[in-house]
Amino acid sequence: MPGNMKTSPGQTTKGVSSPSKSYASNQEIRWCPGCGDYSILKQVQSVLADENIPKEEIVFISGIGCSSRFPYYLDTFGMHSIHGRATAIASGLRAIRKDLNIWVVTGDGDGLSIGGNHLIHLLRRNFNLNVLLFNNEIYGLTKGQYSPTSPLGTVNKTAVWGTIDLPFNPLKLALGADATFIARGLDIDPILLRNVLKRANQHKGTSLVEIYQNCNVFNDGAFSVLTDKATKKDNTIVLDHKKPLVFGANNDKGIILDGFSPSMVKLSDVSENDLWIHDEEDSLKATILTRFFDNPENDGFPRPLGVLYAVKRPTYEDQLWDQNKMAIEQLGKGNPYELFKGKNYWEVK
Amino acid sequence: MQLTGSQFTETAAKYGNDLATFPDFPAEIRAPQGTLYGVSGFQLHFGSTRIHTPGDEYDVLVAMNAAALKTNIKNLKPGGTLIINIDGFDDKFLRLAKYDKLDNPIEDEKLLSNYTVHKIAITQLTRKALEESGLGIKEIDRSKNMFALGYVYWLFNRKTDFTENYLEEKFSKKPKISEANIKVLRTGYNYGITVEASSSTTEVQAAVLDKGIYRNIRGNEALAYGIIALAYKTGLDVLYAGYPITPATDILHELAKHKNYITTFQAEDEIAAVTAAIGASFGGGLGVTASSGPGIALKTEAIGLAVALEMPLVIINVQRAGPSTGMPTKTEQSDLLQAYYGRNGETPLPVLACNSPSDSFDIIYEAGKIAIEHMTPVMVLSDGYLGNGSSPWSIQDPDLLPEIHIPFANRDHIKDGKFMPYLRDDRLSRPWAVPGEKGFEHRIGGLSKENETGNVSYDPENNQLMVELREQKVENIADYIPGITIKAGVEKGDILVLGWGSTYGALISAVTDCHNQGLKVGFTHLRYLRPFPGNLEKVLSQYRKILIPELNNGQLIKIIREKFNVHAIGMNKVQGLPFTKNEIINKIQDILKSD
Repeated sequence: MPGNMKTSPGQTTKGVSSPSKSYASNQEIRWCPGCGDYSILKQVQSVLADENIPKEEIVFISGIGCSSRFPYYLDTFGMHSIHGRATAIASGLRAIRKDLNIWVVTGDGDGLSIGGNHLIHLLRRNFNLNVLLFNNEIYGLTKGQYSPTSPLGTVNKTAVWGTIDLPFNPLKLALGADATFIARGLDIDPILLRNVLKRANQHKGTSLVEIYQNCNVFNDGAFSVLTDKATKKDNTIVLDHKKPLVFGANNDKGIILDGFSPSMVKLSDVSENDLWIHDEEDSLKATILTRFFDNPENDGFPRPLGVLYAVKRPTYEDQLWDQNKMAIEQLGKGNPYELFKGKNYWEVK
Repeated sequence: MQLTGSQFTETAAKYGNDLATFPDFPAEIRAPQGTLYGVSGFQLHFGSTRIHTPGDEYDVLVAMNAAALKTNIKNLKPGGTLIINIDGFDDKFLRLAKYDKLDNPIEDEKLLSNYTVHKIAITQLTRKALEESGLGIKEIDRSKNMFALGYVYWLFNRKTDFTENYLEEKFSKKPKISEANIKVLRTGYNYGITVEASSSTTEVQAAVLDKGIYRNIRGNEALAYGIIALAYKTGLDVLYAGYPITPATDILHELAKHKNYITTFQAEDEIAAVTAAIGASFGGGLGVTASSGPGIALKTEAIGLAVALEMPLVIINVQRAGPSTGMPTKTEQSDLLQAYYGRNGETPLPVLACNSPSDSFDIIYEAGKIAIEHMTPVMVLSDGYLGNGSSPWSIQDPDLLPEIHIPFANRDHIKDGKFMPYLRDDRLSRPWAVPGEKGFEHRIGGLSKENETGNVSYDPENNQLMVELREQKVENIADYIPGITIKAGVEKGDILVLGWGSTYGALISAVTDCHNQGLKVGFTHLRYLRPFPGNLEKVLSQYRKILIPELNNGQLIKIIREKFNVHAIGMNKVQGLPFTKNEIINKIQDILKSD
C-alpha cells in the first residue's frame, strides 16, 4: 500500500541469508552487566536471521524502561517511544503497513501498568504484531519500585511495609482480552526462547510472549527457582502441542485433568493415556494453564513454558484493508471533487 | 405547535436587544442588501406548518410527524438542523402524509445527509415522563410539543423559566396540566444536556461571492474534506485516528464514510489515537488526530514525542468551553496557550486557526502541507462554533490545490554508508525515511538525539543545538506563509482590531460599521498563530492601539505583548457564547472616548 515505495533507493535483501550479527547496530549496549536482556537480544537477533527477514522490513517499537532500549541495539527500523504507548504506535503503523515485520518490546511496568489499556485493546483487535513482554517483576530503570507483577508482600523502595497490590498474571489477563497467541519463555533458556520467538513471529495476529527476565540489580533471583539447574525441572513444564504434560527432574511427574480440575500425579501411578494432552487451540485448557501458579488450589504446580495458546482469528488490519478495498470498489478513488460538491451546490456567475 | 412557536418567540424577545444580531439563534440569517460585510437580520420561523413564505429557508426545522416534514423540508437550508420526532413516522403517519411505507423519509440517508439530524422518540419519551401523572394518553400526547420546545431551548441557550411561568398562569385552574407540561418541557431540555446536543450558526459575512461553484459546508465537514484532499494530493496513506469527544467527533463520523480515500481508526483512548497516528507517520503515511481541549491535554506527551521525532502529524483541536469538562457544546478559544506551550520541555510547533467553517478546508490542507514539508507536528485550532456552524464554500478542485513536496530520504542523506536521519535541509527539516527501504534503517526516539546521526546523546551542547534548531525550524515557516492584510477599515490609524479564529464575522462587521462612522479603525485576523506572518510587527506599528478580542481570558494578547512589546488592550468573554457585533463596537467607542 505505501505509495512511497517508488522512492525506495534499493532492492530488498530477501533470499539472502543474514547471520545474526548483521542485525546488531553499532550502538554500545548499556544494560547492566549480567542483565537478562542481553540473552533476549541475542535470541531475537538469532531468530531474525534464522527466519531470514530482510532487516529493512523489520521495525522494533518500544516504550520506556530498561527493556525499551532494545530497538537501539538492532540495525533495523526502530522507535523508542514514550511510556506505555508502543503497542498503540505499532497498531497505527500496522494499520497502514501490512508488509512489515513489526515487534513491540515492553516490560511489566510499561506494558501492564501505564500501557495496560493499549495492551488489552491490541489483543482483542488482533493486529499482527509480536509483543515481547519482559517481565522482571520490578521497575528497573527507575531503580527498584514494585511493579504490577511483583508478588504480594514484596518489600522494596515504594513498598516499605510490603506490597498489598494483587499482582497481574499477564497471560491470564491476555486470555481475558481474547489474545490469539500466548507463550512464555525464560531469558536464560536460549533454545526454548528461540522456539517461542519463532512461533510468535509465524503467528498471524498479536503474539504475546511473556519472558521472565532477571534484573540482577534490583530483583535478583526472582525466577531462580524456575531457572536454577537444581530446581528447574521440578518447577517448570515445557508445553508441546499434542504431547502429554510431563515434567520433573526424572521426567517422572505429570498432570491429569479431571473435568476442569488439574492435579499432579506420578507417572508410575497412571497410564500415559490418562495424562493431559496439550492442545494449543483449547481455550479452556489454556485458561487452566495460565492459573497453574496463582491459584492456591494449584500450589506446587510447575510453571508452564512454551506456547500455551495459539488460534487463528482474522487480523484487524486484514479486515480494515478489506473495508477500504470495498469502499474503493463501490465509491472509486479518483479526484474527490464530486464528493466535495455534493448535491446542494449553486453557481455564482 | 402554535403555542410552542409563540413561546419560543416570546422567550427570544425576552432576551432583549441581542435578538437582532445574536447569531446562535434558530433563524434565517440573510445579508442586508447592498452592504459588503453586513450581518443578517433574523427572521423567526418556528414549528407551525402554516407559517411560511415561499422561498424562505429555515435554519432549524422541528418535524413532529411525516406530514410536517413533507411540507417543510424543502425550506430547510442545506446544512440546517432537522429535529425529527421519530414516533411521528409510523405506518399510520406515513400513510396520512402519503409516503410509501417503504419510503420512510427518516431512513432516507441521501435526504438526511444534507442536514444535521436529531432523531428523537419524542412521543415515547413524553409518555414515559408522564406515566405517573394520572393524565390520559390524549392529554399526555398533547404536551409532547413542550418536549421539542425544551430541547430547542437547550440548543439555543434559552432558559425554560419564562415558559414555565406562562404555563402556570395559563393553566392556573388545571394544575395537573400545567405540571405535566412543565415536566415535559424540562424533560426535553434535560434530554438535550444528556445527549450533548449542539447546534450553531455562525455570524457570516455577506461578502460578494466571487464566481464559482458553492455549497454550504460545516466546519467539521470541511476539515474532513481537507484531510481527504491531503490524501488525494500526496498519495500518502492517511490514518485518521480519533476517540469520541464533543464537538470533534463529527470529523470521524464524516471520514468513516470515506474509506476509499483514508483509513480511519477509533482508538481506545485519546492517547492511543495520537500515538497510532504517530505510528502511521513513522510508516510513511500521514497521521491525523483530532479532539477537544480535555482530549488534547491527554495527547500532550505524545505530541511532544512527535516534536522530538520531527515527524509529520496533524492535530486538530475543536475547542470548547473549559476548564476541565466545562461546557462541551459551547464555544470558546481558550486552548491557544495550550497549543503554544502545553507540553514539557522546549517543544515548539506550528499553530493554525480556521476563521470560518469553509476556511477549515484551507487551514487543514495548509497544516498538512507544513507538517510534511517541514517535518513537524502541526496544531489546528477550530472551535464548537466553526465545527458545527456552516458557511458558503467555494468548492475547490483538489487537482488545483498547491503541490506538496514530500521530503523522502535519498542517497544524499547517507554518509559513510550510514543514513543520517537528522541531516537537515535549508528549511532545517530532516529527511523522511520509511521502513522497507534498504540502507535507511535507523532508530529514533524521545531521548535527546545527536544532530545528523540521530544517535542517543547526552552531550550538553548538542542538546542546546537541537532545541535551537527545532525552534528555528518552526520560525522559518514564516518565510513560506502569506503576510497578513487589513480586512476592513483603515490601514493606519487609532485602533487595530486583531482577532483569530471564529470571531472573524463579528469583528469584521463591527470594524466595518465603525469605519463607516468615520472612526480610524482597522481589522486584521490571524490564521497563522505560530509562527506569525512575517509582516505582523509592521502592521501593528501602523496603529496607536491594538484591541485583541478573544473568547478566553486573554491568551493571544499575552503572546503579542511578549513578542512585540506593544500596547494591546484585551477584550474577553468566557460565557460559551460568541461576541456580538455591538459588543465590539461599544468597546471600540469606549477606547476612543477615553483617549
